[in-house]
Amino acid sequence: MSIKFRKNLLVCSGKSCQDASNFDLVDFINTKLKDYNLEHEIQAVQSVCFNKCTIGPNMIVYPDNVEYSTITKDDIDDIIIEHLLNNRIVERLVYNDKNKFSGTNKKQYRIALRNCGFIDPEEIKDYIENDGYDALAKCLTEFTPEAATQEIIKSGLRGRGGGGFPTGIKWEITSKSISDQKYVVCNADEGDPGAFMDRSILEGDPHSIIEAMAICGYCIGANKGIVYIRAEYPLAIKRLKIALEQAKDYGLLGKNIFGTNFEFTIDIKYGAGAFVCGEETALIHSMEGLRGEPTLKPPYPSVSGYLEKPTNVNNVETFASIPAIINKGAAWYSSIGTEKSKGTKVFALAGKINNVGLIEVPMGTTLREVIYDIGGGIVDGKKFKAVQTGGPSGGCLTEKHLDFPIDFDSLTAAGSMMGSGGMIVMDEDDCMVAMAKFYLEFTVEESCGKCAPCRIGNKRLHEMLTKICDDNGTLEDLDLMRNLGVVIKDTSLCGLGQTSPNPILSTMVNFYDEYHAHVVDHKCPSGQCTSFLKYYIDKENCIGCLVCARNCPVNAIFGEKKKLHIINREICIKCGICMEKCKFDAIYLK
Amino acid sequence: MDTINIKIDNKNFQVPKGTSILDAAKSVGVKIPTLCYMHLHDLNTTHKPTGCRICVVEVEGRKNLVPACATECTQGMVIKNQTIRVLNSRKTVLELILSDHPSDCLICAKNGDCDLQSMAQEMGIRHYHYKGEKSTYIKDRSPAIRRDMDKCISCRRCLTMCNDIQTVGALSAINRGFMSVVAPAFQMNLEESVCTYCGQCVAVCPTAALTEIDHTKTVIRHLADPSKTVVVQTAPAVRAALGEEFGYEPGTLVTGKMTAALKDLGFDHVFDTDFAADLTIMEESAELLDRLTRHLNGDKTVKLPLLTSCCPGWVSFFEHQFPDMKDIPSTARSPQQMFGAIAKTYLADKLGVKREDMVVVSIMPCLAKKYESSRDEFKTNGNPDVDFVLSTRELARLIKQAGIDFKSLEHADFDHPMGESTGAGVIFGTTGGVIEAAVRTAYEIFTKQKLHKVDFQQLRGMEWIRESTIDFNGIPIKIGIAHGLGNARKLLEEIRAGKSQYHAIEIMACPGGCIGGGGQPLHHGDSNILLARQKALYTADKANIIRKSHENPSIKKLYAEFLGSPMSKKSHELLHTHYFDKSNHVKITEE
Amino acid sequence: MAQIKSVDDLKKIRASIQEKNQKAVANNDNMEIIKINVAMATCGIASGAKTVMNFLIEELPKRNIIANVKQTGCMGYCYAEPTLEITLPNENPMVFGYVDLKKADEIIEKFIKKGELVDGIIPINYELAK
Repeated sequence: MSIKFRKNLLVCSGKSCQDASNFDLVDFINTKLKDYNLEHEIQAVQSVCFNKCTIGPNMIVYPDNVEYSTITKDDIDDIIIEHLLNNRIVERLVYNDKNKFSGTNKKQYRIALRNCGFIDPEEIKDYIENDGYDALAKCLTEFTPEAATQEIIKSGLRGRGGGGFPTGIKWEITSKSISDQKYVVCNADEGDPGAFMDRSILEGDPHSIIEAMAICGYCIGANKGIVYIRAEYPLAIKRLKIALEQAKDYGLLGKNIFGTNFEFTIDIKYGAGAFVCGEETALIHSMEGLRGEPTLKPPYPSVSGYLEKPTNVNNVETFASIPAIINKGAAWYSSIGTEKSKGTKVFALAGKINNVGLIEVPMGTTLREVIYDIGGGIVDGKKFKAVQTGGPSGGCLTEKHLDFPIDFDSLTAAGSMMGSGGMIVMDEDDCMVAMAKFYLEFTVEESCGKCAPCRIGNKRLHEMLTKICDDNGTLEDLDLMRNLGVVIKDTSLCGLGQTSPNPILSTMVNFYDEYHAHVVDHKCPSGQCTSFLKYYIDKENCIGCLVCARNCPVNAIFGEKKKLHIINREICIKCGICMEKCKFDAIYLK
Repeated sequence: MDTINIKIDNKNFQVPKGTSILDAAKSVGVKIPTLCYMHLHDLNTTHKPTGCRICVVEVEGRKNLVPACATECTQGMVIKNQTIRVLNSRKTVLELILSDHPSDCLICAKNGDCDLQSMAQEMGIRHYHYKGEKSTYIKDRSPAIRRDMDKCISCRRCLTMCNDIQTVGALSAINRGFMSVVAPAFQMNLEESVCTYCGQCVAVCPTAALTEIDHTKTVIRHLADPSKTVVVQTAPAVRAALGEEFGYEPGTLVTGKMTAALKDLGFDHVFDTDFAADLTIMEESAELLDRLTRHLNGDKTVKLPLLTSCCPGWVSFFEHQFPDMKDIPSTARSPQQMFGAIAKTYLADKLGVKREDMVVVSIMPCLAKKYESSRDEFKTNGNPDVDFVLSTRELARLIKQAGIDFKSLEHADFDHPMGESTGAGVIFGTTGGVIEAAVRTAYEIFTKQKLHKVDFQQLRGMEWIRESTIDFNGIPIKIGIAHGLGNARKLLEEIRAGKSQYHAIEIMACPGGCIGGGGQPLHHGDSNILLARQKALYTADKANIIRKSHENPSIKKLYAEFLGSPMSKKSHELLHTHYFDKSNHVKITEE
Repeated sequence: MAQIKSVDDLKKIRASIQEKNQKAVANNDNMEIIKINVAMATCGIASGAKTVMNFLIEELPKRNIIANVKQTGCMGYCYAEPTLEITLPNENPMVFGYVDLKKADEIIEKFIKKGELVDGIIPINYELAK
């Protein structure tokens, strides 16, 4: 069997493309094809939205992979005659993009996710078939530990867990710590709301993590690895366990790996799902059976970590990139990305975006490309307002940041952070004050409670935000919040507290007008904070029947029979009984 | 020693390599405020969880402020302690802590003796800018310790004491974030936990989150009751510390003023626990010699080493954690309980007072004593041998409340017969003192020779674990000493493993012994105070003419008139006890 | 099981796997087989991928189609789960989104049997580091 039709026209079925065309494009094209007697050679089908909503309607000619955008009814004849019959591409309709990875649907570049979705994660043979364990073999047989570490340093890979510390340097420091026992720890305690790349990698390609941990062990001189994984990831745990067994059976873990003296084993430890345990010192305490609380660094884990032995902690996504770097070389990896942030980054797109999902793009890809080209734009064609990057510890980026190349440093400069790669998109209906409150709720819940600014400060911030969202805020609250946010960042013990005020501080910079509107004008511009809604009486519809006034439990409605009634908002408790009782739709909420 | 150059607030200094910013600043006269930090120099303990974030300073090149207590100075480090950023941060953080603290300073047990209160004053807090929900917890009352976690500032000093120093493990941090609190597991009551009531958590608590159960009011009521004969005993360590509460230098002995104050307060008879300490030595050394003689004669069933048993915190500790070894410690009751037992029998008879009409009050440096007095085995028909135990701090409060001008009091003496004591009795208050007192008596009884040099310097000091061999006329007797339950644990594990070489071991639950007890005036992290109190007790010993317990004439008379001899049937009945296996004591009740 | 003791062992194992995966030996025919990947990460399973996969495993032999149906991890199209990737012999892989049982049936009948594309194709929008 092979594909039946000579050519297929894949027509985007995304809502905005359909809205833009205002007619059934697939139907229309198929009818047209009949007119040209092409219906047995070529067909048009609906495709899942392919992400170019701003320039829709879009379609792709398969297998030529030519993409036409902003097509109208009148263009169909041109496409059929020129392209389908005469093989001449209709240049004026071709989607064009300045980015080198685009134009031909190549915004994404999958390195960490290279095997996810392609191999059977429960089958080591699938991994081996796809160059699996080549990198480990190469390291053990061709590289000294120093040379392999140098390769990682040269690649410019930075920690994908959020901190962005150069991975190779971390390995080098750990390798230089002198000890009889060292550990490699894989941090799979993914906790950011909306981020799930680590889970996806472990569920889709667990062997890449095993291979990378062994490489790391070889480089730093460790023969024990531990994966610290959330107990809430049962499938990832199951697949990881299967993968570990298989690797052991194949002799890829254990003693004398690839016939060398190198020995490496991996254990699994479970986390109970505390966000703060993603912080490496807290993670280590949790592994040791202690309360998952951070301690001051230094000493860094690379000097004194698990059981006070030198420990190298890297995140899942970081490890997933390692085999590819070894196989293809540092030069290849460092050719991707920006000057200071090399390679690619996995992002989890969520929120008011059409194509919610997991993507991997080269560092330096702009926010616009991520949101509009890959993410398919904003749901219902609404106006983009902001995107929260870095999860609860990050900040928001706005329209003016859309053409920002995304990398570690640019995000930090913009008052946000890379974090683990969550991206939550917000549109015009989202209130930024309520958004900041949502994130603070998370940090209040997840703070370990060890240091005062994080334990009490975040609670106070959340209380003040609640006050503002409930229409009880004052300008003084804004000043106090700003001071408190800065102090919490400045004084907290670990990364959680040092970043937790970011959602507030960045929205106060970018959307100060919204805060101002809440406390001064007593309005929530987006209408999300319901406390600001007020009951009104419609002049046209009110017949002055007094039913609302009689039913009002606090006597807030005044009026005489057959005259327009008035609600006294000082007294009104917004119970809504008046609206319920009015038979003339004369009471409305706004 | 390697030194490095640093700069603090634009002034250059040289400090030894490895010094923390806090210590460096202190050594050059720059004060950096601290709250959770605690350094017990002589006990080799530093607590720096970096949780309060009060000691933060600015370090050039660092993005965030750093905690001075736990950050090491590096070559060329530029530290700023007096910038607006630092001062504002400290003040804001302190305001935050205050925003989650009940503002009831005026009626608080720690009013005037609270680290948080002093800090708020030092930083000039005059406003609560941040307001919001305050943590509220159920107040937990145990026989000795009261927990009011509303007042906890999460400094975690108690955790260091309970888990690291004492290795009791009754307290830990539970829950997260704003809900996090220091509590026994599953937030059960202290009474249901493995707590030994040693009170070290109370001794270091900066606020009134952990305090003693206060019995002053009840005692006042009994003093005012004419039908009651109220008898008081004062423990050795109290006299070396009580003065601190009235402005005396640490280590000032105030025995005479204390006795006078107790008489002014209306106690009918003011006696001395030192007397009972002498009695304890009589029984304990008799027991030691009995076991020793049998051991030397080849009796394999004899359990050695003999462990002292006068510390109730320590007794609870082995009942909970080493129940398999509960027949090793001496069966001799503690001096407090011996006193109570004798007072309500021998003394009551002498005074012609009925047991029910006699009230025995103890003044103790200890909180575990409150619990000890409540144990069932120390009651006759429900009437306890010791009715109430007041801590040194409570006595000070009682004196202040009664309007007694302590400093101008004339010295008074203890009453007879139970006020007479020896130098051996008074050193019970420090680590090493009990065993030294026992050696003085045991040596003379065992060797039947007079001991000329009674000062055993080798048994004294502040080392956590000390050992010494004493020559009992050709027989080397190995003595071990441990203070702090964590160190006791080390010796117990040696015994359990069959590796112990000792014949006798003295164990005190509290660091320093009773001078560092949980009921003493707060040392606020200054361990020099403990040294001064220790020195005072040895001075008191030296000043005594009689320095061996068996030479105490009142003790001799007691045996002659009432008990017969040490280890007699009567002695067993009144002066000895037995221990319980409490390993199953902790019950987790399902909700 | 043969343990991998050297780089050569690894290469040998890989070569044998590749050969096996390319061809299905059925009726002594050296026939190229159809490959079907089902995205079976937690999110895929939650939206019904397991049912679809079981359906394919049961139905394909009944309809005389030799295919290698395997589970994979997340393909990244969370918005269009469950997703399948189907590679017809000598063709580029095609990804289908929102595959329920009805759609799976349609895919078998139209795409696999006849090679006709059906609605619900997801344009592949990435390049792989291979």
